[in-house]
Amino acid sequence: MTRHALATIGRATFLAVVLGFFSLPLLWLASAPFDAHPSITTSLPEFTFGNFRSLLDNPYVMSSLRNSLLQAAGSAALVVVLAALAAYALSRVRVPGRDALLYVLLLLSSVVTGTAAMVPLFELATRLNLIDTHLGVILTLSGGLLPAAIFILKDFMDGTPTSYEESARVFGASPLQILRHIVIPLVRPGLATIAVWAVANVWGSFLQPFILLRDPDKSPGAVILYTLYTEGGAPRLDLISTFSLLYSLPVVVMYVFVSRRYGFRFHGGIKR
Amino acid sequence: MISLSGLTKEFPGGVRAIDSLDLEIGDGEFFALLGPSGCGKTTLLRTIAGLETPTSGNIGIGGADVTGLPPGRRDVAMVFQDYALFPHMDVTSNIAYPLRIKKVSRARREAKAAETASRLSLSELLARRPAQLSGGQQQRVALARAIASRPQVFLFDEPLSNLDARLRLEARTFLKRLQRELAVTTVFVTHDQGEALALADRIAVMNAGRITQVGTPSEVFHRPADPFVAGFIGSTPMNLLPASAEGGELHVAGAVLPLPRDIADGPLLYGLRPEYADLSQSALIGRRDAFSGKVAVVENLGTAHLVTLESGDLLIQVVVPEGDEPAIGASAWAVPRPGRALLYRDDRLLTGA
Ligand SMILES: Nc1ncnc2c1ncn2[C@@H]1O[C@H](COP(=O)(O)OP(=O)(O)O)[C@@H](O)[C@H]1O
Ligand SMILES: [Mg+2]
Repeated sequence: MTRHALATIGRATFLAVVLGFFSLPLLWLASAPFDAHPSITTSLPEFTFGNFRSLLDNPYVMSSLRNSLLQAAGSAALVVVLAALAAYALSRVRVPGRDALLYVLLLLSSVVTGTAAMVPLFELATRLNLIDTHLGVILTLSGGLLPAAIFILKDFMDGTPTSYEESARVFGASPLQILRHIVIPLVRPGLATIAVWAVANVWGSFLQPFILLRDPDKSPGAVILYTLYTEGGAPRLDLISTFSLLYSLPVVVMYVFVSRRYGFRFHGGIKR
Repeated sequence: MISLSGLTKEFPGGVRAIDSLDLEIGDGEFFALLGPSGCGKTTLLRTIAGLETPTSGNIGIGGADVTGLPPGRRDVAMVFQDYALFPHMDVTSNIAYPLRIKKVSRARREAKAAETASRLSLSELLARRPAQLSGGQQQRVALARAIASRPQVFLFDEPLSNLDARLRLEARTFLKRLQRELAVTTVFVTHDQGEALALADRIAVMNAGRITQVGTPSEVFHRPADPFVAGFIGSTPMNLLPASAEGGELHVAGAVLPLPRDIADGPLLYGLRPEYADLSQSALIGRRDAFSGKVAVVENLGTAHLVTLESGDLLIQVVVPEGDEPAIGASAWAVPRPGRALLYRDDRLLTGA
């Protein structure tokens, strides 16, 4: 009896500590932007909207959010379209060594956008005149996301029986019609998963845009956040917290919207 | 009309699913492809539909050679074994799908879908998704979709095998009436000999990628061309016993039977359906034309019983009417009815005996 009670108390305490560990930073993010004198601890704010006003005085803040949006949407669109086509082909056509190819791509993808390949990537972007362009950032980030996206989408496509497509073929549907009428609607949750995952990834990317973009007019939020320091190099917590809040809102809104609309679930990327 | 000549399909890896097959199927015929699982029925159907490319041979539909045509241009409709109803479309959109491909206007194709649906008593279900339908309803939606495309040929892959036993009989009758009304050439695949006998105008029995016999249900049932067909057709398996012809007499399992004319001496295979023998439980004095044995197993078939006699190391099965079933272990005699047995030599049917 006592043992049971002790176990329950122990479990509750453990969960409370874990919950606190994860919720305190979020609490900070919710309170600090409205605090006249934020510190790195969470406290009841001395309420003000002043932080937002001084943040908006920074000319790059709003444009950086627009840039983030542009790069994230561009990469997500590119990744979804290319990954869907590649995954469909890989799932339906027997290519020798297909699985080996997928695993090698997956392995390389962490290298492609990783720190290790940054120098050659920079070199490549320079020669292709892609430095200081959104396209350069979009292509680089998409390249890194594609293998994993193909891998996950191929799993979705493998899970849909080919008899649907064959049935449509017998009725005379063309390959594009089959893709539009049958395959895409069936793997829509997978496509939504990939799109959200790509947006979230690009939204948080710092290194690639930091290196590939010189012009602060084109920099995304992650890079601008890095500039919110005093001349002395001390972080300006009022601006950083306020910007962080603004910066995270679009992603949260997107999650809620897509989850409502498509009911996608992350089961380690694998549906069912 | 469908004509296949020298049709062969070899899968990568060397499996010959269809082996140089020739077949003619007439206009409006209800044609069954019957055979055990794995004999190549589905592959043959898919090859006719154009979903598989034959390794060699030709396919003609309605007089035109369609071997090189893609499935969509062969004017066929196929009902898949799992029905392949599009799960994200409601019943109306599923039935109307072939018309959508043919660029029929939305209003017209929905009217057509509703008309076809009412013919198959699906009118109440038009707004449902396939997941909300029972197996029998899904099967009818799949049929309706095939009908809506107004093809020259229907191809059905095991159309009834996903239904439960009770529903299967109803669906069978329904399917037969529907085919009669539509009068469209129909090829259907089944591994169930009862289904083939009940539905088809003609049956092709397949074994290991080849057709062993083509005929009407009655021909295939009464004169199976080889021991394989003999063993495959019939709700109870045919007795197939080693026999020999000697001096004008037929010796089978200890019995001596009259030998039909024109059969040379030598070993034979004697085939007798369990329905075509009578069981006697009193000793038949002085008669040599009966198989004697001990009752080993009695199986209840409902209105009859299937009795298995042990005669030496041979087993002989006889169907006995209700109420006449013997006790296990009793001695009994099976008397073949005259003219009902079949004789095979070198796997060819010689004649009835
Ligand atoms: N896509 C395929 N690749 C390789 N072998 C196949 C393929 N489809 C069927 N087979 C083989 O061909 C033979 C016939 O299969 P199938 O036509 O499905 O038989 P049935 O429908 O009569 O049960 C089987 O041995 C099967 O393993
Ligand atoms: Mg099959």
